[in-house]
Amino acid sequence: MLKRVFREFIKGLWEEIPPFRLVLGLCPTLAVTKRVEDAIGMGLAVIFVLTCSNVIVSSVRNFIPKQVRIACFIVVIATFVTIVELVMQAFTYHIYQALGIFIPLIVVNCILLGRAEAFASKNGIIYSFADGLGIGIGYTLSLTALAAIREIFGYGTFFNIPVFGPSFKPFSFMVKAPGAFVCLGLMLCIMNMFKK
Amino acid sequence: MDSYIVLIISCIFINNILLMQYLGNCPFLGVSKRMDTAFGMSMAVVFVIVMAGAVTWVVNYYILKPYDLEYLRTLSFILVIASLVQLVEMFLKKNIPALYAGLGIYLPLITTNCAVLGVCLINMKEEYDFLHTLVSSLSYSVGYGLALILFAAIRERILLARVPKPLQDTSIGLVTAGMFSLAFFGFKGMIH
Repeated sequence: MLKRVFREFIKGLWEEIPPFRLVLGLCPTLAVTKRVEDAIGMGLAVIFVLTCSNVIVSSVRNFIPKQVRIACFIVVIATFVTIVELVMQAFTYHIYQALGIFIPLIVVNCILLGRAEAFASKNGIIYSFADGLGIGIGYTLSLTALAAIREIFGYGTFFNIPVFGPSFKPFSFMVKAPGAFVCLGLMLCIMNMFKK
Repeated sequence: MDSYIVLIISCIFINNILLMQYLGNCPFLGVSKRMDTAFGMSMAVVFVIVMAGAVTWVVNYYILKPYDLEYLRTLSFILVIASLVQLVEMFLKKNIPALYAGLGIYLPLITTNCAVLGVCLINMKEEYDFLHTLVSSLSYSVGYGLALILFAAIRERILLARVPKPLQDTSIGLVTAGMFSLAFFGFKGMIH
């Protein structure tokens, strides 16, 4: 059993890492990866919501009628998103402001509903917990990697610390909308190269 | 009157929901492989966003505000949108079967299209009145449809091109979307 829990956890980190292998949840991936700090904030919010909603969905999976399951999943997810929103507003206000409407929009992030439907509604609580945690951490890693590339070239900083000398001219294309699309596309291409 | 024209232009071109605000990208890449599916999706999105914009405005100003329940905004909006989509689907199936057959499978997908919830939340953030809400919802969704249909046309061409293997499918789609978004940057100078 422990082996399977471990396997469910580890698959989120490479085998099914979102948004590269599971092409879901692209909007926040593009929008909040201007700075590493924001990306990590978003990632942590998603880890919390995904793990909690997976556990709850899995524990009530036998009581929910099949016809209204999607609506029930959405209510569970929305509840946790509201909690995250209020907590972030209270304790990390500048990240809350940087992320803007993308915190409430975690509700409609396809990763969450996708995991609830494809995994948590069919598997036990412990496995769902491992799955949620793994996918969440994988998502955070991808966001951070993308944000690191964009921040280093776009602002010349990493975690707001300058990495290039003072003569560096920021490549501002990277932190604008087009740069987000191109950068993610090229990262996806590099991931595909490693695929067998 | 001027404020409406400015709002329409800025919502369709300058702040294009898809290419500038990064909302609704999953269906954007998913259904843009063929022209007819892109067209069906755009129609469905226009329809649902306008209705959702109107209904959430009413919910916000007549239910949530008077009772000081604004922290329940996300929860109530998503429920409203989900049930609205269901309702629209049932209504179309019964009364306008031709349109239902056209939109068919795209309607249920719209619940998780972040553009719908996104537009509703933007409307609340900007504190538009009811008419401005309607106009902005309509313009945002038309902008979405425009970008989606134009992009589908480009993507049909890409199918004929020889793309390097690792870049195929979603990857080249994203790079193209980047170029497309760069083109939309040209509209930035339209309003000062």
